[in-house]
Amino acid sequence: MEVVGLGLAAIGAGIGIGLIGGRAMDAIARQPEAVGDIRANMILTAALVEGAALIAMVIGGFLL
Amino acid sequence: MRYLIIILFSVFSLSVSFAGGGGCGEESQGYDPTNTAYHHIGDANVYSIGPWNIPLPCMLYAPDEGFDMFSSGKFGIGHHGTGHYAYKGYVLYEGTVRRIVDRSFPKEKTEVECVYAKDVDGKEVIHVKYHGKDFVTHNKSTADFGMFGGGITSYYDFSITKNVVSMFLVFLFLSWMFLKIARMYKERVGKEPKGIQSFIEPIFVFIQDEVAKPFLGKHWERFTPYLMAIFFFILALNLFGQIPFFGGSNVTGNFAFTMVLAIIAFIVTTINGNKHYWEHIFWMPGVPAWIKVILTPVEVLGIFIKPFTLMLRLFANISAGHIVIISFVSLIFIFGNAGESLMGSIGGIIGSLPLTLFMMAIELVVALIQAFVFTILTASYIGAATEEHH
Repeated sequence: MEVVGLGLAAIGAGIGIGLIGGRAMDAIARQPEAVGDIRANMILTAALVEGAALIAMVIGGFLL
Repeated sequence: MRYLIIILFSVFSLSVSFAGGGGCGEESQGYDPTNTAYHHIGDANVYSIGPWNIPLPCMLYAPDEGFDMFSSGKFGIGHHGTGHYAYKGYVLYEGTVRRIVDRSFPKEKTEVECVYAKDVDGKEVIHVKYHGKDFVTHNKSTADFGMFGGGITSYYDFSITKNVVSMFLVFLFLSWMFLKIARMYKERVGKEPKGIQSFIEPIFVFIQDEVAKPFLGKHWERFTPYLMAIFFFILALNLFGQIPFFGGSNVTGNFAFTMVLAIIAFIVTTINGNKHYWEHIFWMPGVPAWIKVILTPVEVLGIFIKPFTLMLRLFANISAGHIVIISFVSLIFIFGNAGESLMGSIGGIIGSLPLTLFMMAIELVVALIQAFVFTILTASYIGAATEEHH
């Protein structure tokens, strides 16, 4: 069951990071001059989304 | 040239990661990718460069017998980092020191038949075979309270391990590089940067302008040295771990290391937190009282969850990278049936080589991104703690 949970966590993080990346691309296409700010915020948000998946991974993979 | 690299790659992989472990005949000699992966991301008392094993100092403390210090070369490091000798009641198994539980075991250097893993009630326990008798061994004490299968055992390991050596090397390299750059800046005031100076300057300015200034506001000068230190230390260690056949040390993918970095970030954030920061945690202004009851515990938990995720993110990303690369290399041995089938090995190499190279290229990017993410998140936490009222 833990493995299924890990897979679900990966799916969630994948969807989340995919949305962030896609919207960032849209934003860069709309305002190429703001690429620096957008990139920094994109990485920051992606890292936060990833954090949730990592907690799931550690709790599912190691603790259970 | 390309073929030479391929041949070198396969020869080294064979010598480095071929299944071994002493094996007293009872164990299956098949290839175990999971075990190999865990062995490669773990710490070791041996520094392996390609097929050579460099012994490292072991500093072991057992409460009942006191402090012992000797070189891990005393174990006669053999195949896959497993020792042929027991010394002072310790043995070496796959690069890590283990203590024989039965203290009547001879203390002087004793040749043992083998050190091997045996299933005991579904759990793998490392045994030593000596004069036809099996002796159980203990793993070193770990500070995880048994969460990851560790806990306090009969001895503590303070050795200078592979990770510590890597950290020393990276520390010396960074000190040398940055002192040199600092001297160049002093000597060449008003001139254009030169050599290594012009390589580091854009990175430095990038962290300063994209991370320190936007997140820290007017406090940026105070925290920039800290941010630069963690950024370059993590980046250098990430890249150092990526060098193939050079120990492959997984320092930034080690819980202890990332935990220390996270604790430092936690201490810096907590010490520098101003009145508004604590007010927003304990009594959020501008929300109804019944929401405050829910919000305060969440915010208090948040203080600890932030450094906790910092710790996990770096650990998991770098470890995962190492595991994926070693898994792709393992394809050679899986297809080649642990060296039995030549055609399978060739097929495995054809499949695994592009995948491995691709993954290593990705990992170079990940090394940079994770160092950057750690820095930017630390900066944002400190920034949130030092922000003035608006």
